[in-house]
Amino acid sequence: MLEIHNQILSILFASRDPVSIAELQEVFPEREATEIREAMEVLREDFNQMQAAVELRQVAGGFRITTLPEHHETIREYLKNKPSAKLTMAALETLAVVAYKQPITIPEISEIRGVKGSSTIKTLLEKKLIETRGRKKTAGRPMQYATTREFLIHFGLNDLSELPTLKELEEILSQDDDESLEPPEEDQDIDDAS
Amino acid sequence: MDSNLSREQRRAREKVTGQKPMVFPAPVRTEQPDVQGLNIRLEIFEGPLDLLLHLIRTQELDIYDIPIAQVTDQYLGFLEVMKDLNINIAGEFLVMAAQLILIKSRMLLPPDPSEEDDEDFIDPRAELVDRLLEYEKFKNAADLLYERETVELGVHARGWEEFADDEKEIVDVNVFDLVRAFHGIVERYKEKVVIEVDHEPATIEEKMEELRRLVALKREFYFSMFFESRISKFHIVLTFFALLELVRMEEVRLYQKGVFEDIRIKAC
Repeated sequence: MLEIHNQILSILFASRDPVSIAELQEVFPEREATEIREAMEVLREDFNQMQAAVELRQVAGGFRITTLPEHHETIREYLKNKPSAKLTMAALETLAVVAYKQPITIPEISEIRGVKGSSTIKTLLEKKLIETRGRKKTAGRPMQYATTREFLIHFGLNDLSELPTLKELEEILSQDDDESLEPPEEDQDIDDAS
Repeated sequence: MDSNLSREQRRAREKVTGQKPMVFPAPVRTEQPDVQGLNIRLEIFEGPLDLLLHLIRTQELDIYDIPIAQVTDQYLGFLEVMKDLNINIAGEFLVMAAQLILIKSRMLLPPDPSEEDDEDFIDPRAELVDRLLEYEKFKNAADLLYERETVELGVHARGWEEFADDEKEIVDVNVFDLVRAFHGIVERYKEKVVIEVDHEPATIEEKMEELRRLVALKREFYFSMFFESRISKFHIVLTFFALLELVRMEEVRLYQKGVFEDIRIKAC
């Protein structure tokens, strides 16, 4: 068993992209998927216990070794460049809508955001954070959009289920705002319009 | 107004802006055109829903019972400020203003006496409240993504980004990239004066054959380079179609070494 751990680790070290279990199975055809998965889990635990600079993480359905965030400054110093540009709030909002409602059409995104954002869509397509995903079977057959694997990698997600549900978000929100969000129970008929 | 500036001040500004002062110096304001102001404004409020939500949340108003008269006044006041600052107000903001005024006027109407009890009564604000709450959820999700992005930008994977190994392909090309690259070529050739003398009609099949020979010969070449020898638009288009056909038949593949990099053509 030890051998396969080291073999997997060498692959992870050499790979630029997250390595999936399916890819590993191609390398080890004689092993069962569950066997590889278990080996990966053991490896991950052992590896992460030993290291203080890097960690083995599950991202976009695969495994990869990344540096720990605390070494960010050091690495930047070495790379001698500025951190990559962050996405704008408009882009993040659009991504959030697409992530939760995919596949979704542009008019549907605009409806939720209350603004037309075709340039934002274009930017997200260029950055490959979203992609087209078929057409909606309604009048005009509008194009639908969905998030990509790049999206998962960019936000360090293993899969979409790692995002809190909208309901959970709502709960987080109501905690932040104390009771101000609770529907009024007593003064039902207030005349605000006067 | 610039004539009041001392020589030192002028020199200082020269340093900052990197520009030599003009013979007739333009007023300082032109250095920050209104367009910039617009961008700043739009970044603060992503849209009318964002602005409304801001008004409600910062004043700790009850979203289920919005004091519509007050909020409408504030909303319109904001639009006034934008107008004073000579900022283009996006159409969406005006639509929302109209909606707010409509809701406000509906609130002033007495309830329909023909309706027996209050159960049928629909609050004119209900739809807006639903939209605001729905939007707020995604705004929260956006904040969450922002936090995640901030963390992830501090995390480096092996060979990622700047460490990029030249020999490795990073990005698979999609139709979107192809069309953009093609657009770039067409734009470039627009500038060249092309005289088509006796242009021999070619077919996509011929172009495909030509492409196959090139791939066999060179193994790999740049998408843009391939078009260097094509002078007329007709040939560019024809070659583009031939290329698409070859990709479809999986005879060649296209890839990039990074986003916005030149697309490369390679035999499958």
